[in-house]
Order: sequence, then structure tokens, then C-alpha cells
Amino acid sequence: MTETTGTIFIDGKAVGFMQGQTIMDAALSAQVYIPHLCHYPGLTPSGNCRLCVVEADGRRAAACTTAAKAGQQISNNTAELNAARKVITQMLFVEGNHICPSCEKSGNCKLQAMGYHLGMLEEHYPQFNPRRVLDASHPDILLDRGRCILCGLCVRASHEVDKKNVFAIAGRGADAYLIVNTVSGKLGDSNLDVTDLAANICPVGAIMFKERGYVTPIGERIYDRQHISDVAMHEHVTEQKGDKKR
Amino acid sequence: MLSQHSELKTGNNADADFIADHLLHRLYRLQQQHRHIPPQLMVEVAREFGLPVSQVVAVVNFYSFLYQQPVGRYHLLFSNCTSCGYQAGEVNLLALLCRQLNIASGQTRADGVVSVDETSCIGMCDHGPSMLVNGVPIVNLDEGRIKQLCNLIAAEQSLDDWPADWFRINNHIRKPDLLLNAPLECGDSLKKALAGDALLMLESIMQSGLRGRGGAGFATGKKWLFCREAESDTRYVVCNADEGEPGTFKDRVLLQCHADALFEGMTLCAYGIGAKKGFLYLRGEYRYLLGHLQAVLRRRYDSGLLGASILGQAGFSFDIEIVIGAGAYICGEESALIESLEGKPGIPRIRPPFPVTHGYLGRPTVVNNVETFIAATHIVQYGSAGFSAVGTEKSSGSKLLSVSGDCRTPGIYEYPYGVSIQQVLDDCGATQVQAVQIGGPAGSLLAKKDFNRQISFEDVSTGGSFLIFGENRDLLSINRNFARFFAHESCGFCTPCRVGTRLLENSIGKIADGRATWRDVDEIKQLSGFVRHYSHCGLGHTAANHILDSLRHFPGDIQNLLVQQAFTPAFDLDAALETARQMTQRDDADAHLE
Repeated sequence: MTETTGTIFIDGKAVGFMQGQTIMDAALSAQVYIPHLCHYPGLTPSGNCRLCVVEADGRRAAACTTAAKAGQQISNNTAELNAARKVITQMLFVEGNHICPSCEKSGNCKLQAMGYHLGMLEEHYPQFNPRRVLDASHPDILLDRGRCILCGLCVRASHEVDKKNVFAIAGRGADAYLIVNTVSGKLGDSNLDVTDLAANICPVGAIMFKERGYVTPIGERIYDRQHISDVAMHEHVTEQKGDKKR
Repeated sequence: MLSQHSELKTGNNADADFIADHLLHRLYRLQQQHRHIPPQLMVEVAREFGLPVSQVVAVVNFYSFLYQQPVGRYHLLFSNCTSCGYQAGEVNLLALLCRQLNIASGQTRADGVVSVDETSCIGMCDHGPSMLVNGVPIVNLDEGRIKQLCNLIAAEQSLDDWPADWFRINNHIRKPDLLLNAPLECGDSLKKALAGDALLMLESIMQSGLRGRGGAGFATGKKWLFCREAESDTRYVVCNADEGEPGTFKDRVLLQCHADALFEGMTLCAYGIGAKKGFLYLRGEYRYLLGHLQAVLRRRYDSGLLGASILGQAGFSFDIEIVIGAGAYICGEESALIESLEGKPGIPRIRPPFPVTHGYLGRPTVVNNVETFIAATHIVQYGSAGFSAVGTEKSSGSKLLSVSGDCRTPGIYEYPYGVSIQQVLDDCGATQVQAVQIGGPAGSLLAKKDFNRQISFEDVSTGGSFLIFGENRDLLSINRNFARFFAHESCGFCTPCRVGTRLLENSIGKIADGRATWRDVDEIKQLSGFVRHYSHCGLGHTAANHILDSLRHFPGDIQNLLVQQAFTPAFDLDAALETARQMTQRDDADAHLE
């Protein structure tokens, strides 16, 4: 791959990119925030949450999976796109069982932080109240599928970084759910370790450590201190690995 | 994933002819044997195919015809299509069936004899209400037949002893034209093509103006050329016979009557692009056609039209295998189809890259519709000039329409592109028509004022579904049906479609139940636009078309049902108290809201 450089324009701002980079890659390296939940730099992009949809030369495209092209005009931080992002965030809230006040992830949760970022004041749509099986079989890690947003970050982290392939997504449509790649289907029978990236990358409260409640008090957590758009600028798999037990 | 294991092929050789050694086939056999796929067998299959257990579990969970809980010895899947479904007539036949069998839909009876459920359109729309019994279609169902059927099940009669005419599927070719009229002798097109250069043949396909018949309308010759030019030592030809758009059944008829022309078209494509291997991806609902397709393939191998050194030309070899789906509309999307071919859930890929450069196993792959390959055979045989002379400027040739719904003679109608909707309605004996749905639920709903419009890529484009709704039809029930269809068939990959289709289904239900206000209609409009613009693939992009069309063309139907209030809750408050009433064993006035 030849590394030629080009320029794209995000909301009018000139942003350089290297050949092979996506719009998201280019934006992040230029400190431009495009909202995202299912993307984590360093892992193969998936494009499933659709929060990062931008208008590239007038066409809607997921920034994390669309290659940057020289001269591309991109609309990102517009009222229309942010309104759609709020709808997506509301959809993710009503689809699962996200009860922030009783969730240990509160304050460290990206879905919650995204809600704040987009000015989401209500869930808007009727709750689905799904009944999804909780898996407490692992000695150190709890899997609460009710809080899963199907972003697939744990699936990719386990496959690509931990080289363990612990997770997968099964089922169709609104019945899709996270499964564990063991004969029993139980997390306790997997070789998932608390230091694995897959155990740490969950943006919501679906994969959490047992017996580690409220170590950091509410009010002093990641998104209590920093805005999601700032935190996103410092995320990368390799850096994350050095800071596993955060 | 095509494993190297040959277990499927042992024991039953003739049956396994040309059937790819495929995960879905292995799972189908287990389903037949155990009436579900027990967890320990998923583990075994995973080991056998060298796959993670999670992949096998994901596949079993994804496809409608694979079950984790046992189905009955008689497994009845009633179509819920507006034309071949249980509500196509005046009586709800599914409800009747369930009453007769003393069973609830979606359940297996405690004695394990019978299970009943509904399934998306099974492509029998020209045969009235139809169902799959243990995977085999039975058609022309009415109250009498349902009662008879229940008696046969009560007596535990073998399917072989059920009345033969229930299983008789007709072709119903009502109006043949360019393709259906022209005789195509086996191998003639291939001889012509092999006499010249492959590029010459591609040139001729390009000149003909042939565009894909599946609906998207990409130029076929260009697609083949791109694939040929893509850098790789291996290329594939795939025929998309996963005809799942409700109301479409023309591929069923083509597979039955013109399978030779189809396989010849695939072979021509292989010659054009330099492929050695092709797949026919057949929808699970058409499994009954398998024996016929295998026989045609056998004959073509025996005549030297497939296999090594085709027609004696050294170096030109091409093999075709069949892969059978297991109930998933989304697999009609070409990249989802390829995922399914690779033994995975049918989740559409990120495009670009497109299959012509990165398709099956990452290799350049041509995916075309059944009708497209047959048209290609025709073009090579009769020349491109004759083909492009038919139709309109941007839509060369003819189109097969699957006509069904409220008309006298449902069936296959072939027309040169450019035919008006009114012409089709006149030919099939449809009078007092309220609306037509063209291109299936994903297409467009048109009202009377639009009946002078044309079937063509430049006007009303369609993969072939042509559903007619008479004046007595309740259009909102059609919307409800379609909304349910999309919610059921959404693959679940992206948020807007996974959640949005479910929300739309609920909102349409609220209107139909007479509980909605004008606010709900505004909400539906916004949500529809959102699902259309932000989804990952074509399913989501088109899932709300029917709702937006209805609101545009038939606003009165919806307004009449609205409650004149500023707000009503999403659920029926009084009905929500039912559980509490049951628990407290109360049903007095104070236990109700009003």
C-alpha cells in the first residue's frame, strides 16, 4: 500500500488522511469527534450502531467503514445528523434494560454519555423490556445480556486481540443476542480472563467485574470528569492494553 | 463453509448429487432426524466442520427452518403472505387450523405429533392459501382442506398418502413473450459462445443493455467484465434463487421450466469471467424442486455441457453445486447470500468492496438472478440487437411479472419493459382495483392515478412481484402485514433496522387497533424516514416504503381510524391490567379502568 496523503473536509475543516484510512480514522487523528459506540480504534470497524453516519459528498455513510477519498466534503456535526443520532441512542435505550440509577456502569457508560452528548432527555419510544438470560457462571465476570447493545466490540476484541474467540452474536432481528463460544454456552466454561480486552471493552454494563462495586464513586467517573468527545480522542487498542486493569 | 467431509454424500449418493457439502445441509438433515438441533449435536457438527461452536449456534439461531426446540412430526408452516397466506381469503385459516388441532400457533402439541407456525411468503401466490408441511408445499387451501388435513394428521397418515392434487403446483404461464416464447436448445448458446472469444460474448451482453432482474438493475455485461478484470486466480458464479420478496414466484416457474437455460447462462458467465465453480443458492421453500434440478444437472454433465472440457474445449471446465437456504429473506441480498454460502448467518457485508471483486471466500464473484442468467443465454443465442430492440431506452428486453392478489388469472406474465400497469391489470382480469404493490413490500404502493405508469428501470422498477388489492381490501391490514414481515426478517445487525422495524410494526398496530392519534402518524413518518436513511442495507432502506406510500396515497384510510385526542399511550391500559385481574381473581367493575 502506497502511503499517499490527501485531504477531506469535515464540516468545512480540512483534514488530512493517509491511503487506506476511513473517514473515522482521519477524523480521530485530526481530533474531530464523530459520535460512535461500536467502533474502537485498533479493532476492525463493524458499522452496526450507525451513530457515525455522516454525509459524504451528499450520501449517508458510516464514517467508520467508509474510506476517505481526496476532496470529499463531509457533513458531521449538523442538526439533522445529531437528531438521527439521538434517535439511535433512544432506540438502544428502549431495546435493552438500561436503568442508569441502579447500574454500576453509570458514569463509565458510553451509552449514557452519548445520551448526555446528544441532549437526550427522554427515551421517547416504548420500552421493549426484553427478558434476556443473565450469565453469572464466571467467577470474576458477569454477563448481563439485558444491558447489551450488540455492538460486537467484545466479539472483535476477543477474536482479534485476545485471540480467544469467546463471544459471538446469534439470533435474528430484535431477537439477536450475545452468545459464548463454549460447549455449555456458559461464560464460566470459557477462558475469558479479567485482563482480556474483551472483558474490559464493553461500552455499557453488559460485561462487568464481580465484587468490584463503586470503587470509583459516582461523580468521579470517566464521563463525570470528561466529555465523551474528549475521551474518544485517547482511545486505542494498544494503549488500552497497557492500562488493562484500569 | 464447505468442509472436506464427505459424510453427507455417503449412503445416499443419488440424492446427494451436486449438493454442496455445506453446514446448512448438515443441519437440515439433523433437523429432519431429530425435529430440532440438540445442543450436543451443534457441538459435534462444529467439530466436524472445524468451526467454533458459536458459529453453529449462530446459524441455527438465524435461519427460520432450524429449531432449538423439537417441532412436531407434522410441522405445518402457513404462509403469511397477502396472496398465499392464511388470510388471503375471507376466513383466517391459521386460526381454524389451530382450533381444529387444539394447538396455539408457534407451539408444538404436547404429544409431539404436530406443530403449527407461520412463515414468510412461500412463493405460491398464484395458488391461493398455501403452507409447507415438513418443508413440502401444499396449495389451494380452504376450510374444507384444512378440516381434511386435520383428520389426516389425527389418523397419523403418511404424507405420501395425502391427496396428490394438494401437492400439484402449476406453472400458470399466462402470457409468454421474448424469453418464454423462444425455444432454447440445450447447449446451442454455449456452442455459439465457445466458437468465439469470451470477450466477444461479454461485448454482446453489454450491447444488449441487459440489466439485473433481481431489482437493482446493474448492467450485467459490465458486472461480468469487472469480475473478469478483478485480480485473482479463482472466480465464482452464483445464481441467486433465493426468491423471497413476498408476491414473487417467477423464479419458481423458471427453475421448473427453464433450468437448462439457467445453467447454460451460468456456464456462459463462467466462460466469460474465467470461473471454474458455480453455485445455485436455492431458497429453502423451493427444496421440492431439488430432484428436478439435480436431474437437469446430471443430463448436462452427461452431455458434456458441464464438468471438465466442456463441449470438448480443453481448459474450459465448470462445475455447479446447489446450496439450499433455510428460511431467511435477507439472504436474497447478494452479500448476505455469500455469507450464507460460506456457512454463516446471512448478514449483509459492508459494501464496497462489492462481490465482483471480493465475493465468495473473498474472491471475485458474479451474483445474478435466475431470470438474468436466462436472458443472457437468450442474448448469446439470438444476438443482442433483437434483445435491445425490445423494451425501453434504459430497460432492454422483457420482464417476467408474478401477478397475484385480487384478479381472475394470477400467474406469470411476461412483457416488454415499458408496459403500463393498467395493461397488466386488464390482462389478468383485475377490476375494481384499489391499489397495486409493485416490487413486493420493499417496492412501491401505487394508487389508481398511477396505473398509467410503466414497468421499467426508469419508472416503476420491480424484481417481479405484482400484488393487486381490490376495493374491498383493508389497506392498513396490508401495511400491518408488511411491517411485521420486515420486523421478522431484519437480520439485526444495525440499530435503525433492528429496532426501527419493530417500532414501526407496533405503531402500525396501534393505528389499526384504533388507538392512535395524529401525533402517532407524525411519529411514524419521521421514524420511516429515519429507518430508510440510516440503515445498513437495502432491507432497512426499503422497509418503510409501504408506510410512506400509504400515507401519501391513502391518507384517509388512516385518518378515519385516529382517536381525536392529543395523546394515547402506546399500550392498552385496561388490557395491561389483565394479569393483575387474573392473579387477584377479580373481574368486577373496579378492576377495570372504565
